[in-house]
Amino acid sequence: MKHIVIIGNGISGVTAARHIRKNSAYQITIVSAETKYFFSRTALMYVYMGHMKFEHTQPYENWFWEKNRIELKEGYVNTINTNDKILLFSNGEQLAYDKLIIASGSKPNKFDWPGQDLDGVMGMYHKQDLEKLEKYAPNKSICKRAVIVGGGLIGIEFAEMLKSRDIPVTFLVRESSFWNGVLPNQESTMINEHIKQHDIDLRLKTNLREIKSDKNGKVKSVIIDETGEEVCCDVVGLTAGVSPNIDFLKDSAIATRRGVLVNRFLETNIKDVYAIGDCAEQKGGGIGLRGAIESVWYTGRMMGETLAQTICGNRTEYKPGHWFNSAKFLDIEYQTYGWVFNEKKKKENQQYFQWRHSKDCKCITIAFDTNSHQFIGINTFGIRMRHEVFDRWLTQKRSIEYVLEHLIEANFDPEFYKLHESEIVEKFNKEHTTTIILTKKSWKTFFSKA
Amino acid sequence: MKAIKYSGLILFLTGLLIFTGTIFTGSFSLTQKQLDSYIAEKGYKSNVLKTELAKVVVTKEQQNIFKFSRNVRGAFEKSNTHYNDLIDKYNKEKKWDKKGAQYKYLIYGKPHTISFNLAKKAGKGYVKDNPGLMWLLTFGLGIIGALLFIIPNIILLGKPGIKNNGIYLASATNRGALAWLVLLYLVSFYLMLYFMADYAVNWTYMLDPISVSLNGGEASQWFVYGFLYCVIMLSMGVRMYIKYRHNKHQMVRTTSVLFFQIVFAFLIPEIMTSLNMPGYDFKNAFPLDYDFFFDWNLQNLTNSGGIGIFILVWGIVLTLFIVPVMVYFFGKRWYCSWVCGCGGLAETLGDPYRQHSNKKLNSWKLERWSIHAVFVFSLVMTLVTLYCYFSGTTHFIGIKSQGIKDTYSFLIGAWFAGVIGTGFYPIFGNRVWCRFGCPLAAYLGLVQRFKSRFRITTNGGQCISCGNCSTYCEQGIDVRAYAQKGENIVRASCVGCGICAAVCPRGVLKLENGPEPGRINPTDILLGNDIDLMELVNKK
Repeated sequence: MKHIVIIGNGISGVTAARHIRKNSAYQITIVSAETKYFFSRTALMYVYMGHMKFEHTQPYENWFWEKNRIELKEGYVNTINTNDKILLFSNGEQLAYDKLIIASGSKPNKFDWPGQDLDGVMGMYHKQDLEKLEKYAPNKSICKRAVIVGGGLIGIEFAEMLKSRDIPVTFLVRESSFWNGVLPNQESTMINEHIKQHDIDLRLKTNLREIKSDKNGKVKSVIIDETGEEVCCDVVGLTAGVSPNIDFLKDSAIATRRGVLVNRFLETNIKDVYAIGDCAEQKGGGIGLRGAIESVWYTGRMMGETLAQTICGNRTEYKPGHWFNSAKFLDIEYQTYGWVFNEKKKKENQQYFQWRHSKDCKCITIAFDTNSHQFIGINTFGIRMRHEVFDRWLTQKRSIEYVLEHLIEANFDPEFYKLHESEIVEKFNKEHTTTIILTKKSWKTFFSKA
Repeated sequence: MKAIKYSGLILFLTGLLIFTGTIFTGSFSLTQKQLDSYIAEKGYKSNVLKTELAKVVVTKEQQNIFKFSRNVRGAFEKSNTHYNDLIDKYNKEKKWDKKGAQYKYLIYGKPHTISFNLAKKAGKGYVKDNPGLMWLLTFGLGIIGALLFIIPNIILLGKPGIKNNGIYLASATNRGALAWLVLLYLVSFYLMLYFMADYAVNWTYMLDPISVSLNGGEASQWFVYGFLYCVIMLSMGVRMYIKYRHNKHQMVRTTSVLFFQIVFAFLIPEIMTSLNMPGYDFKNAFPLDYDFFFDWNLQNLTNSGGIGIFILVWGIVLTLFIVPVMVYFFGKRWYCSWVCGCGGLAETLGDPYRQHSNKKLNSWKLERWSIHAVFVFSLVMTLVTLYCYFSGTTHFIGIKSQGIKDTYSFLIGAWFAGVIGTGFYPIFGNRVWCRFGCPLAAYLGLVQRFKSRFRITTNGGQCISCGNCSTYCEQGIDVRAYAQKGENIVRASCVGCGICAAVCPRGVLKLENGPEPGRINPTDILLGNDIDLMELVNKK
């Protein structure tokens, strides 16, 4: 019986394991140095915030693995001998495999900042980071201020975590506006305002020069590069992005660049070795408009679903469908379907239609083709929308007029929520001198049979 | 703000302390004349009782309710023992006439209830003499304190949005010592209410004026309970309004449960009573309203003229038609989370504890056995009762009508629904009764699972398995298990409170009603991946 070994028990590795089990009787072993059981990394923040206990972040009960004959092995893989198909662990143990899946995920970026390895300096990625944070920032009297470096999704979540315990936060963001490498100005500006409303000391266009130590080797303050200002703090959060966690592959025969190089079938240069999730890098460059490395929950899962087919004899190309993603910025939910790039990356033949609520933190940006009016993508903030509907409209290559006319169909907010669709359509009509009439839900749907 | 909050807490605790302390106050005694008129009124014929009672209640001695209760129960027991002994004696001596003559001296009824009725007349003291002031010092302080504790949350919770910060870091909401204390208090409260109501007689004095103005009679322990229930739901309803002020669905739903509790469960029955009609809660459907078909209720209704017959017909139509049809269109939530009183308390007082329901698979198995067993129990009981009522017998299929009714009332009505159902909130979550015991929920659940338009839709592939939905599901449904597979949630136990959708950070869940086809949609490969692969795998 073939032995499938998966390095990494994140969403990619676990999804692959589950689907391999569904389709085969292979022996499956998942290796992890972080935790024995799979947990949702995206939920770590809620443990510190007291919304959940760590056990709640585990999507499967502990008996699940034995019942499904998925072996869990705790250990750190030091080297991979691809000739003999053997993994060597840091404690000297060995493990033989027939097929190997590398799903080792990411690690937080560090940019050789002086003091980046001091006590009290941490990323927010691993379970161990959470334990560290609990040690250095259990409350506002032990942690009088924290500085977050790097304005991405993890950075703002880190800030939210600390604020939940009333710890003052200074948030250093390199860009001129929060996450504007991705978001159009309208959204980025709204998030800037929202961050400030939460009493987070947001510093835009600000870089870190160095982290200063006290006499015990613990962080004492940070120096801001632009001004030389010293900000006293007890915790520094480094959240300047992530990169593939593949240091342990250095001496192996597996080809890597920034990540593990894979073809469209998620196969590496070595037979029977595959890579999925955050650590995989598409050899020929990103698929469609995607990056060559995709460090997103959903793509990790999709790669796992796809690779399981290949492992079980149905060789399948990784062909992700329409792009989608989501996040939450403090109290604002964000969803995106299709492609909406910021002003700089937006193509010439594309334009936006934008709407922002006069008071609430709600806005949308729809990108569409200037000539054909084809709908390209939507960013929605504060209004939930249906994945299934936008996926369908993207496949059908609908026009922006069609999308707006049927926008209520896509609304996914809870019942009784105020609807903004007519206001949105009205704005478009005014800007484009069109006469789109919003299709409202008929009361007859109450009895509809399909 | 925090100062206001904590002074509110102090006021609340003071009110609670005084409220609890009043139990131990007052003295209980009657004049001979009062006693005589009471005995005459009740039609007790026992001379033993007369002398025994006179010995203990016609007294100058200061006795509190506990001593009074012990004495009164002792007197009744002595009397009953005396005549039972006589019955035994004549039985042995085969003096049937004399034996038969003793039965009229026996006194039936629960000892604590008899004691309550007497204590209600016998009480003296500060609480009885100053009900208004005492109301202010207990209910008044409690309400003001609770509101002062709750209202600063508008500022303290921060911007509108889901703020479950610190729930698992606080003793009261993380099964700490405080939670156990609350459990102890609630359990004691219910034990007293159901089994030792006479101990609570001082509480009834505080509400006598309100009771008289509403229904013309003095307050019973059930009036105290009903009033307290409304007060607690209102205060904790304010908490809900603040906590979910960004969520209109929750605001509307909270308004609905408050309305149905205060108007339907409390005011209408009281007003009906004042009009000499049977007090009836028009939303309380059988089999949750388990004594609807009890003989005393049927007699009461059939003797109450047009309104009685209307209630009888309404009760049957409600259970057989309105309930299932509404569940077909809206799911059981229309009842459990929008109308029901038990649900209303769970959704207000119980909200801080919703995370404690057990999400393990084994608990789901236990739940299915347990809730359906109670459902069957309630149906068998009703069947036996009805058969006996119409045929005039005492037994049916070997079951004694009175026996099964008493067993059900005791085990399910009092222990399960009350003592466990609410008492266990702080440790086992706020829907223990609704999940494991309520026979109506079982019935609605069967309809919801097999013939309904209701589902919780999962938004394509957007789930990140964070677990907030499962953690905050009061019914112990592992919502995430479905959401992370892109599958809609269709479960008999879902009461549709909507909190899973509220706490979801990625907008993945939505409660909706829609066509039946596609309601249950098992998927292996999720939306967002290769379309060909999705079709290949999902259609297998």
